[in-house]
Amino acid sequence: MVTIPLIVNGEPVDAAFAPYKTLLEVLREDLDLCGTKHGCELGECGACAVLLDGQPVLSCLILGVDCEGRSVTTVEGLARDGRLHPLQETFADLGAAQCGYCTPGFLVTAKALLDEHPHPTRDQIKEALAGNLCRCTGYQQIFEAVEAAIGRSVTIHAEPAEHAEQIGSAGSASSAFNVGAPGGGISTR
Amino acid sequence: MTHRIIGVPRRRVDGRAKVTGQTKFADDLMLPRMVHCKLLRSTLPHARIVSIDAARALAHPGVHLVLTGRDFPIPYGILPVSQDEHALAIDRVRFVGDPLAAVVARDELTAFEALDLIDVQYEPLRTFDAPADSLAHETPRIHDYGDGGNIHKLVSLSFGDVGAALAGADRVFEDTFFYQGSTHLPIEQHAAVAAVDPDGKLVLWSSTQTPHYVHRALAKALEMPAAHIRVIATPNGGGFGGKSDPFNHEVVIAKAALLLDRPVKICLTREEVFYCHRGRHPVLMRFTTGVKRDGTITGMRVQTLLDGGAYGSYGVASTFYTGALQTVTYHIPAYHFQGCRVFTNKPPCGPKRGHGTPQSRFGQEIQLDKIAESLSIDPADLRLRIVERPETLTANYLRVGTIGLAECIRRVTRAADWPNRFRKLPFGHGLGLACSSYLSGAGLPIYWNDMPHSGVQLKLDRSGGVTAFCGATEIGQGSDDVLVACVAEVLGIEPIDIRAVTGDTDLTPVDLGSYSSRVTLMMGHAAVQAAERARDVLAAAVSSKIGVPADRLAFADRRVFDAAEPSSGVTFAEAVCLAETAFGTIGTTGSYTPPRSAARFKGGGVGPSPTYSYTASIVEVEVDPATGWVQVPRVWIAHDIGQSINPTLVRGQVEGSVYMAIGEALMEEQVFRRLPSKLSHALVHKFPSLLEYKSPTTLDMPEVFTELVEFPDPRGPFGAKEVGQGPLLPIMPAVANAVYDAVGVRIDEVPITPEKILKALDAKAAGKAPRIGPTAFPDIPWPEALQVPPPWEGGDGTARVRSQKYEVRSTK
Repeated sequence: MVTIPLIVNGEPVDAAFAPYKTLLEVLREDLDLCGTKHGCELGECGACAVLLDGQPVLSCLILGVDCEGRSVTTVEGLARDGRLHPLQETFADLGAAQCGYCTPGFLVTAKALLDEHPHPTRDQIKEALAGNLCRCTGYQQIFEAVEAAIGRSVTIHAEPAEHAEQIGSAGSASSAFNVGAPGGGISTR
Repeated sequence: MTHRIIGVPRRRVDGRAKVTGQTKFADDLMLPRMVHCKLLRSTLPHARIVSIDAARALAHPGVHLVLTGRDFPIPYGILPVSQDEHALAIDRVRFVGDPLAAVVARDELTAFEALDLIDVQYEPLRTFDAPADSLAHETPRIHDYGDGGNIHKLVSLSFGDVGAALAGADRVFEDTFFYQGSTHLPIEQHAAVAAVDPDGKLVLWSSTQTPHYVHRALAKALEMPAAHIRVIATPNGGGFGGKSDPFNHEVVIAKAALLLDRPVKICLTREEVFYCHRGRHPVLMRFTTGVKRDGTITGMRVQTLLDGGAYGSYGVASTFYTGALQTVTYHIPAYHFQGCRVFTNKPPCGPKRGHGTPQSRFGQEIQLDKIAESLSIDPADLRLRIVERPETLTANYLRVGTIGLAECIRRVTRAADWPNRFRKLPFGHGLGLACSSYLSGAGLPIYWNDMPHSGVQLKLDRSGGVTAFCGATEIGQGSDDVLVACVAEVLGIEPIDIRAVTGDTDLTPVDLGSYSSRVTLMMGHAAVQAAERARDVLAAAVSSKIGVPADRLAFADRRVFDAAEPSSGVTFAEAVCLAETAFGTIGTTGSYTPPRSAARFKGGGVGPSPTYSYTASIVEVEVDPATGWVQVPRVWIAHDIGQSINPTLVRGQVEGSVYMAIGEALMEEQVFRRLPSKLSHALVHKFPSLLEYKSPTTLDMPEVFTELVEFPDPRGPFGAKEVGQGPLLPIMPAVANAVYDAVGVRIDEVPITPEKILKALDAKAAGKAPRIGPTAFPDIPWPEALQVPPPWEGGDGTARVRSQKYEVRSTK
């Protein structure tokens, strides 16, 4: 076992762990910070991203012993004074988290982007998040959540129904449901 | 009908947990005294196990237990007809990655070390690496059951006289297609923890989509009373069908926990997830379709050959699904389906999003594109002419409800400016259109019975809080949110007032699981019924208290009040107290059983659903003729959802489906290669890693324009239909059709890679057929077709008795 000082989510800690462990394993197994996930342990999926001295890194590729004295921010450290980070609010509100497994990695990576570029373009957002894989969302609601977090109004592509159509057979039990049925445009909150 | 909660975009109930990292996935569970398990997996694709010597592994410091196939004599499997798996292989391994031993040790590292100390002697057997091989060679048999040799399943179902229908057509089109296999690739690797309760009962936490079926499999494989086993489905970090089978590792750690009387955890590596697979079957298919000059279909024959991999899994159902839903989308008066699934020495295929239907949807929609061009009909117009009629019974006895497909087609063609752009864009740019339909839940359970498919219990607390219990499993799709939304809507309270307890076989009533797009419809019905019963109880108590007839009471804004005089009423919490005073503890139940299927022939169990969703999509592509590279800048998609429960989540399912489909269309493939002869020549996975198995990143994802067509279907709760799988289906053929529009080459297989496009462009330049795809379909020993007269020929859903021999077999 080795013991090293770390600053984790703003708090100084002395972390004791087996020297072969990655930062990911130290966080999850020795510091009980299970919010950071793993999807491959090979640096391929981005699920394990954390901020090391403010920069996004893949915690599965960094040895814990190499982090001595450094500052680590995980998803557990995004909220402040009992209030969620704006990214957390918009990710939750706008469907950017489905299964939620890749979400911590996306959140910290997006935070690093906004810390450096407070008003990124859509292309900059895509570029910054290109190392994080999400299999649920198709990314679009993630982009929108990042933009909403910086106060940009979110344009969601959808059109209201202009005309309802009779899609059940005439006189069937369902016809009552079809007449004047509201159409399906999605609106923002 | 206006709703307070249903249909309103809203933060999902588990949203906060997910953005704060507090959702507890299986691998996040850490229990006192917990030990760790690792599986030894076969290094040969097909071999007899001569011996396993675990002595050195057992002697390794820190090792608690080594298990082998002898410890698991009882087979199991997801389908009653394919009980062909053992937790650890007993005398035969069937693919590289097949588990044959397990080590339980103090930590993962020690378990890994001990795996290397297990000595296995194999006797290699002939390896079957492709369906043609399995068809050509009956021995050695990979399994000793099935429809002969290495054929797992043969199906032939005929509805009407397809021969006559094709003869009566103006044109007959015959096309072959190949759909490569792909895998689910959830970002969460499968994980599970097993423990023994203080009273001696077994508990398993697992990232499973189907805790109920895992419960049954554990009881069988471990020879334990099911009542002494508790399975808890932890929230899944993505499923997509890949966590729907009972898995080796779940059975192994359950046994290990019982033997050691301490918690045992396993978390698969990413490589192992590729071996678990159960993903998309590679399918070779041939479509023979007769059409009139106006495009109407006279008859269709569909033949499919599925590469099943090494085990049965859901394969029999997958086989039927390749032929089930063609008729649900378009009107086909005469229909003949022939399907064949073979065993090969590869990881087992099973259900991936769309289960068996994306492959044949790919073929059908490309063939329609070819038919439209050949008949000089716009592809959108062609489809509008042949959309199946609503409220009808198809040739193969599927009862179709509402159909919003025509409206979906109109929406996407308008949004994409189709009339002005299709076949009119410059070379290299193209648009393609395709449509689809999908079930809103399988109409029959996996093991047949007449019990409900989903149950919900409600407990109402004096505080005004409500707890909703249901066996449904949260895999990211938002099933907890649907449960809570349905209850909140009926009871007039807010989602935050309701606690969802789900996916726990001890605490919650059975729900069959998160597969077949069944949860919103089935759990939703059960939740509404339970909530309406609770509302009735509260209304009775409030009615006598405030002197207003119960049927005049409204439930909204956390109050129960006189609809005619809203100021007269009580709070919801007061209503619960009044009801508890009057009637005792308040709890209600609801359940849902799908309507009986109209199909009464053997094989008619796959395809029926309470109702079907419909989707139309237009994909835009940019093809670089110099490199063959395909970019997809935009996708327009309209989905007939019936009624959104939470539109934010519905849109997420649509866009997520488009995403996964783009991956299948352009890059994803679960493929295999032979190691060099000087090594073992073994058939191995080509790239079991997230880096080399290409999936779309943020930079590959097109802009998606989603439209939801909402015509509530009375068969769904609040009119809701499915959205989790249907929107994936039209994308792959729409990409292929768009590539043809862009550069004039037909890629009749997925993935549509730059190499294939370049090859087809070269062929085109050389004056050869500008097409890449299979050209032949092998001879398959099809059985005599089961003849089922369609409804319009006086059929009643039963098969016509053809021979004494069949009659005897069918009544056995």
